[in-house]
Amino acid sequence: MGGSIAAIGMGLAAIGAGIGVGTIGGKALEAIARQPEALGDIRANMILTAALVEGAALIAILFSYLVA
Amino acid sequence: MKQFKILFLFLFIGIGRTFSQDNSLSTNNSLAQHESHEVQNPAAPGHEAANQEPSHSGSSPAAHESHKFDPKETAFHHISDLNVYSIGPWNFPLPCILYAPSKGWSVFSSGRFQIDDNHHGTGQKIVDGYVLNKGRINRIKANEFPAGEVALDEIITKKETVSGKEKEQDYAMAQGREWLLDKPSTADGGLFGGGITSFYDFSITKNVLSMLLVFALLAWVFLSMAGNYKKAPGTAPKGAQLLMEPLILFIQDEVAKPFLGPKWERFLPLLLAIFFFVLGLNLFGQIPFFGGSNVTGNLSFTLVIALISFIIVNVNGNKHYWEHVFWMPGIPAWVKIILTPVEVLGVLIKPVTLTLRLFANITAGHMAILIFICLIFVFGNSGANTGAGIGASIGSGLLTVFMMSIELLVAFIQAFVFTLLTASYIGAATEEHHADANHH
Repeated sequence: MGGSIAAIGMGLAAIGAGIGVGTIGGKALEAIARQPEALGDIRANMILTAALVEGAALIAILFSYLVA
Repeated sequence: MKQFKILFLFLFIGIGRTFSQDNSLSTNNSLAQHESHEVQNPAAPGHEAANQEPSHSGSSPAAHESHKFDPKETAFHHISDLNVYSIGPWNFPLPCILYAPSKGWSVFSSGRFQIDDNHHGTGQKIVDGYVLNKGRINRIKANEFPAGEVALDEIITKKETVSGKEKEQDYAMAQGREWLLDKPSTADGGLFGGGITSFYDFSITKNVLSMLLVFALLAWVFLSMAGNYKKAPGTAPKGAQLLMEPLILFIQDEVAKPFLGPKWERFLPLLLAIFFFVLGLNLFGQIPFFGGSNVTGNLSFTLVIALISFIIVNVNGNKHYWEHVFWMPGIPAWVKIILTPVEVLGVLIKPVTLTLRLFANITAGHMAILIFICLIFVFGNSGANTGAGIGASIGSGLLTVFMMSIELLVAFIQAFVFTLLTASYIGAATEEHHADANHH
């Protein structure tokens, strides 16, 4: 029982991170399309933010793994 | 070309050693082992009928099912660290350095376990009470087990309730009875199901060997490159320089300079070391049919480099950094009381996320590839359904190639992200003026 709840938790964490990283990527592409000369700055900040969002998801997945 | 020569030399030494072992081992041995196991099973209930009957009745079907293909176990076996380096059908023995507080040190080659090719990295011998269980060294917990080499009949797994939690326990069958096996001690103190056990494993494992190989390769490439720059300064780059120079400039211009400000030169060696070591190990783990070492997908490894970056960040943290952590300026006092624990937690969570991000990404990639390969055997029903197996192998092969190309990208991105985050943490800790709104 604990295992299946943990699996749902992992899925929710993945959904959250997916929405977050998707928004970041989409906005970054929009920004690059608008200002191609700022590609370097946008890319670095995009990866940094995506990594932070992913971090939250990873912590959730780790905790659900520990609960299972 | 030189590095290929070294790799081939390594390969041939290993092949030569395995063949010389095979002669002494021979197929007779494994046959005999099977027979003895068959003879022993009926004998066992008669021997210790009263003792073993209840647990045996539960574990007997499980023991039989171990011959059936288990994708989860196969995948986990292939991403874990092992005390033997297997390339295809060849097992390369590695040095074992073990310490048991009750028995002292034991140092020997894992070739002494006489790895059985049919049982995928399970040894046929018990050496000083140590057993090679699916490639990993375990120890027989009982101290009265005799030292020296003892024949190992088989390893059986039972589900048991240990201190309230259901756990799979491995038992070694030797000398006509079962012996409880202990897994190596883990540094996390049992957070991931391990814990402190009756022995410590300091061996040169598969991961350690991969790390040494990548270290040697990187050292050779960079030292020869540095020699080139010294010998012929100002000339066009050639050879490995053509590949490495853009990467070094990329880290310098895209990571070090924007995030570290004027102090970038001081931290560039650290960033380059992290980037190339992680990238090298990521790519080394991607080489197909080369043992599939999974160093960057190992929590201990990622934890250590994350701790290095954590220490560097906090040692170099200036007054403003600590002020922002413990007593954030410019906000009311009651908010500070709430914010300080959050900030302190943030300092500690940074290395944790660094650890987990690299570990999870690389492990997930390896796992996906392994599961695709496992699909062949699931569809083929472990050899019973050849047609479906062939069909699945075409599909799985294509999916695996696709996954591996994605993994090449991930290998680069994760090495870059690790470096970039380290740089941004160092940058945030060493920033002098704090007038801008970029603080967290």
